[in-house]
Amino acid sequence: MDWITTIGQLINTTLVFSTALIFASMGGIFSERSGVVNIGLEGLMVFGAFAAAVGTYYAEGAGMGAASPYIGLLAAVVMGVIASLIHAVASITFKADQTISGIVINFLAAGSTLYLVRLLFNGEGETPLLQEVFRKTNISGLSDIPFIGEVFFHHYPTTYLAVILVFVSYYVLFKTTFGMRLRAVGEHPSAADTMGIKVSRMRYIGVMMSGALAALGGATIALTTTSMFAHNTISGQGFIAIAAMIFGKWNPIGALGAAVLFGLFQAMGSYFQLFDWASNIPQDFIYMLPYVLTILVLVAAVGRSSAPSALGEPYDPGKR
Amino acid sequence: MDAANPVVELKQITKRFSGIVANDSISLKLHKGEILALLGENGAGKSTLMNILFGLYQPDEGSIEIKGKPVSIDNPNKAIELGIGMVHQHFKLVQPFTVTENIILGMEPKKLGFHLDYKTATAKIKSLSDQYGLKVDPNSKVSEISVGMQQRVEILKTLYRGADILIFDEPTAVLTPQEITDLMSIMRRLVDEGKSIILITHKLKEIMHISDAVTIIRRGKVVDTLKTSETDPNTLAEKMVGRNVSFKIDKKAATPGESILEVRDLMLKNKEGVSVLDGLSLDVRAGEILGVAGVDGNGQSELIEALTGLRKVDSGSVTMKGMELANRTPRFVSEQGVSHIPEDRHKHGLVLDFSMSENMVLETYYKAPFNKGGFLNQQEIDKQAKKLIEAFDVRTPSIETKARSLSGGNQQKAIIAREIDKKPELLIAAQPTRGLDVGAIEFVQQQLISQRDQGKAVMLISFELDEIMNVADRIVVIYEGRIVGEVLPEQTNDQELGLMMSGSTSGGKQHE
Amino acid sequence: MNKLLKIFTLDSLIIPVVAVIFGLIVGAVIMLAGGYDPILAYSSLFTSVFGDAYGFGETIREITPLIMTGLAVAFAFRAGLFNIGAEGQFLIGMTAASIIGIKITGLPALIHAPLAIIAGGLCGGLWAGIVGYLKAKRGVNEVIVSIMLNWTALYFSNYIVRTFLLQEGQQKSVDIQPTASISLQGLSMLMDNARMHMGTLLAVLAAVFFYVYMWKSKQGYELRAVGHNPNAAEYAGMNVKRNIVKAMFISGVFAGLGGAFQVLGVFHYQDIFTGSPGIGFDGIAVALIGMNHPFGTILGAALFGTLTSGSSGMSFGAGVPPEIIRIVIGSIIFFIAAQGIVRWVLKPLYLKRKKEKVL
Repeated sequence: MDWITTIGQLINTTLVFSTALIFASMGGIFSERSGVVNIGLEGLMVFGAFAAAVGTYYAEGAGMGAASPYIGLLAAVVMGVIASLIHAVASITFKADQTISGIVINFLAAGSTLYLVRLLFNGEGETPLLQEVFRKTNISGLSDIPFIGEVFFHHYPTTYLAVILVFVSYYVLFKTTFGMRLRAVGEHPSAADTMGIKVSRMRYIGVMMSGALAALGGATIALTTTSMFAHNTISGQGFIAIAAMIFGKWNPIGALGAAVLFGLFQAMGSYFQLFDWASNIPQDFIYMLPYVLTILVLVAAVGRSSAPSALGEPYDPGKR
Repeated sequence: MDAANPVVELKQITKRFSGIVANDSISLKLHKGEILALLGENGAGKSTLMNILFGLYQPDEGSIEIKGKPVSIDNPNKAIELGIGMVHQHFKLVQPFTVTENIILGMEPKKLGFHLDYKTATAKIKSLSDQYGLKVDPNSKVSEISVGMQQRVEILKTLYRGADILIFDEPTAVLTPQEITDLMSIMRRLVDEGKSIILITHKLKEIMHISDAVTIIRRGKVVDTLKTSETDPNTLAEKMVGRNVSFKIDKKAATPGESILEVRDLMLKNKEGVSVLDGLSLDVRAGEILGVAGVDGNGQSELIEALTGLRKVDSGSVTMKGMELANRTPRFVSEQGVSHIPEDRHKHGLVLDFSMSENMVLETYYKAPFNKGGFLNQQEIDKQAKKLIEAFDVRTPSIETKARSLSGGNQQKAIIAREIDKKPELLIAAQPTRGLDVGAIEFVQQQLISQRDQGKAVMLISFELDEIMNVADRIVVIYEGRIVGEVLPEQTNDQELGLMMSGSTSGGKQHE
Repeated sequence: MNKLLKIFTLDSLIIPVVAVIFGLIVGAVIMLAGGYDPILAYSSLFTSVFGDAYGFGETIREITPLIMTGLAVAFAFRAGLFNIGAEGQFLIGMTAASIIGIKITGLPALIHAPLAIIAGGLCGGLWAGIVGYLKAKRGVNEVIVSIMLNWTALYFSNYIVRTFLLQEGQQKSVDIQPTASISLQGLSMLMDNARMHMGTLLAVLAAVFFYVYMWKSKQGYELRAVGHNPNAAEYAGMNVKRNIVKAMFISGVFAGLGGAFQVLGVFHYQDIFTGSPGIGFDGIAVALIGMNHPFGTILGAALFGTLTSGSSGMSFGAGVPPEIIRIVIGSIIFFIAAQGIVRWVLKPLYLKRKKEKVL
C-alpha cells in the first residue's frame, strides 16, 4: 500500500470519527455558552444512538426503505431534547449542581436505554443489526479528483451535515440576536436580566439544543460505523467532545479543529495495525491513546482558557 | 418645577424580607427636570426601594404612580416601557461584548427577524452619544474601556431605551475626581434635556453640589425631605445617622518612630504583561498611619498582595526591620508580625461556611495551644473565639454560628479582632470600612488609631478621600503603580489630592 | 457526639430519605410502564437480600467497595474537588493488589496481605494524585482529566493482566497467592459461602479515619478551609496547591483500597474488562446520598449495595431487567441534586404539620 493512499484513508477515517464529536461539541457549546455545564453529553449521545437505532429499526419494518435512517435521526433529536430537559429542570429551575445533574443524565442513559432494549428486543442486550443505514456517498465530479476526492468527497452524509452545522452554529452564535442573547446570559446573567432577557428561558433553549445535537452525534455512530445500538456503542465520545469544546475555546470553528484532532487520535488507533513497526505496540495501548492524548492536549491548552464567565453558576435573581 | 404633577410618586411603600422590614411605608416624589437625592446609610433601604421602582422587587404594600397614572411594575421590562432607566452601582455590562452589543442587548435592530443589524445599531448609538456629549466609541470592547466610560455605556443603555426617569445608584463610588466632575455635568445636561433623575448616595458633598431636593431614609423609613438650597451637610448627616456626628475623629498627634516597613522599587507585571506596580517605593514608620490614596485599579490590590506574600513580584524589595518579605509565603510574612485586614472580607477574610470559632484561628490553628500533636484543641479554640468576640463586641448568636450569617459590620469586627490579636508590628488595612454603617466605621477607624497609639505601624489603603484625610497621619498617592506624591493631611485638600490621584500633578517629596 | 448529631439535622436527613423513596417510585412507575409488577419486583429484591444468609453476606460484599469509593468521592468533595475518577483509581488499586498478590511469593500472610492492600491504596492515591497535580499546577479541569484517566486505567489494567498475569487461555489473571487473601473462610462458611472478607471491617475503619482526620486534625481543618474558600485559605497561609494534591491523593487511596479489597477478598483474580465495572461511578451516588459525610456514606453504600445485590434476584423473581436499578439510582441522585423538587413536593406536608402544631 503506498503511503499517499494510506494518508488519504487516514484523513478520511479521521473525519468519520470526528463526525460525532463535532455534533456533540456543538451541543456542548450552545449549553455552556448559555452558562450551563453539560457533562451529560455522553449520556445524551447514548440516548441519541439508542433512539436512532430503534427508530431506524421500526422505520425499516414499516417499509420506509432508504428514508429509515432519517427517521432515526429525527427520533434521536426528540429523545435528546426530552432527556436534556431533565438536566435543564434540575440545574436551571431547581438550581442543582450542574455537574451532578449532568452525571444523572449519564446514569439514566446507561440504565434506561439498556432497559428499553431488553424490553423491546426480548431481553437481548443490543438492537438487531440495521439494514438501512447511511453509506458513504460520492459527490459527483468532486470525488473523482485523485487524493482530494477520497479525502473530502467520499463520506457519510452525516459528515457533510456536521461540517455545515459548524458554520451554521458560528453564524447563530455570533451574527444573530438569539446568539448574542445566549452569550450574554452565559457571561453576565443579571445584566441580561435587567435588559429584559429571560435568563431561564435562554438557558433552557441552550440545554435543549445541546440535547438535540449531542443525540444527533450519538445517532451518527449508530447509523454509520456500528449499524446498531449496544451498551458500548458510545464509549467516552461525549467526554472527548467536552474536551474538544474546551480546547476549541467554546467557539464552533475552534471546536471543529479540536474534534478533528481528537478524531485523528482515534483513527490512528485503527491505522497503526497496518504498519509492521507498530505491530509490537500492545492493543491496549492503542485503545488508551485517544484518552492520553486528550489529557496531554488539555494540559497544553490551559492558561488560555476563555470559558463563559457565569458557567456553572445557577442564576439567582435575588442576588442581583 | 411643577409641584402638582410629579413624574414619579411612591406612596407608602413597604417591603419585608423574611421578617425584616427593608422599606417601611416610604413615600417620595420626583418632579420633571429635577435631581432628587436619596440619602441614607448602607442598609437603610435605598437600594431596595429603587429595585422596587425598577421592577426587580414587588412591594408588599403601597402604590406607585408614574406621570400621574397608577402602575404596577412587575419586571424590568415594564419599568423600561414606563421610561425608567437604572444606572447600576455594579455595572451590568458583559465584558467581552462591544459597547454597541451591550447597549442594544434585548432591543436589537434586526433584519429578517433574526440577523443582527449591527451597522444600524452602531449609527444610532453614535448619534445618541453625540446628543448628550458622552464621547463613547460604539465599537470598543467594554473590557478595554475605563470605568468612567463604562458608566457612560450604562447611561446610554437607559437612553437607548427611551428612559426619561433615570436612577443613579451610588454612581461616584468608583470614579476619579475628574470623572466625578464630568458625571455631574452629564447629569446636568440630562436634566436640561428634560430627563428627571434620582441619585442614590451617601456622599453629602455630591448632594450639596448637584441635587435639587433630598429625601433622607434611615432604617427603612423616610426621615425628612428637604430642598437642597435650604439645608447644610451637618443637618443632613445628623438626619441620616440619627444622632450628632462629628466628621473629625479625635486623635492625638502621631509620634512616629523608626521605619518598620521599607518598600523599594517594586515592579510587577500582570498576566497580560502590563506593569501594575511600576517602581513603587514607600515607608511606614512605627506609631503612624500611612494613608495610601488612589483611585481603584491603580495597583493597590497588587501592592497589598505583594506585601502579604499572596503574589510574587518581578523585582524590588520589601523589608521589615531588615527582613526581606518579597516573594515569601503568606505564612512567613504573617509570622514576621504583619496583620492584614483584607479588601474583600468574603473572598479573603473569612471562610463563610466555617463557624466563628473556626474563623477566629484561621491563621493560628497550626500553633499551640490550638494545635496539639496534629489535632485541633477545640477547647482552646473556643476559648480564643469567646475572648475575641467579647473583646470586640462581635454580635453573633454563638461561636458555633457560621460566619455567613453575620452582618457585614460584625464580620469585619471579627476579622479586625483576629488580626489585632496577632499583636502585629505592621497592620495593613485595605478598605476596612467599605459597606459598613457609620457606627461600625467609627469603630474600625478608632481601632486603627489605637493600634497606632500603641506604637504599631499602620498602612491604610482606601478609595475614600475623606477616610484618608481623617485617619491618616501621612498620605501617599498611588497612580498607575507608582507613588506620585506625598503630603500631610493638614497641609493639603481634596482638590490637590484629586489632581494627584488622576495623575495630573505630583506634589510633596518624591520617592524616585 | 453532640456535634455528630448536629451534622445530621432533620432537614439533611429528610432530603435523602425522601429522595430514596421518590427514586423507588420512579423505578416502580417505569416497571409498570414496561408491564412488570413492581411490588413483586421489590419484594423479590428484598427476599434475595434478606431471605437467607448467603444473600445477606453477598450484599455486605457488594456494600464494601461502595463504602470505599463513596468515601473517596466524599473526601475530595470536602476539599472542594469533584473526584469522578474513583472508577479509574479503583481499577488501579485492583491491579496493584493483583501484581503484589500474584507475583510475590514466600511471604507470610501477615505481611503479604497488608503489603498488597497498601500497594493498592498507594497506587490508587498516586493515580488520583495525577489529577490533583494537573489541577493545582496547571489549572486543568479535574473532571475531564479524571474521566480520561478512567479509560486509561481500564486499558492499562487490561494490559497488565494480559501481559504479566494472564491465566492461559482465559480472559482473566491467575489466582493470587493464598497468603495475600483477606477472605474470612470461617465467616463465609457461616454465611453459606457468601464471600466475606476483612475489607468490610477496614472500610468501616476507613470511615472513622475520614471523620477524625477531617474534623479533628489540623490537616483536615486545612483541607476544609481550602474546600470552602481557597482564597481565604491562601490568605491564612495555607498551601492551597499542596492541599489539592493531598486531598486527591487521600481520596484515591480510599478508592484504590476498595479495589484491593475486591481482588484480595472477593475474586482472588482480576478480569480483563470490556467495560468499566462502575463501582467508582456508584461511589458518586453513595457520597451524595450520604451528604458527603463518612457515616452517611456507609448508609448510602448500604442502600446501593442492597439495590445492586438484589437486582439479580429481582430479575429472576419478577423478570425485570436488572438495569432498572441504574435508573433508580440515577433518579435518587437527581432528587438529591435538585433538592428544590423534594422541598416543593413536601411543602404542603410541612405546612400541614405547622398548622397542626398551632392547633
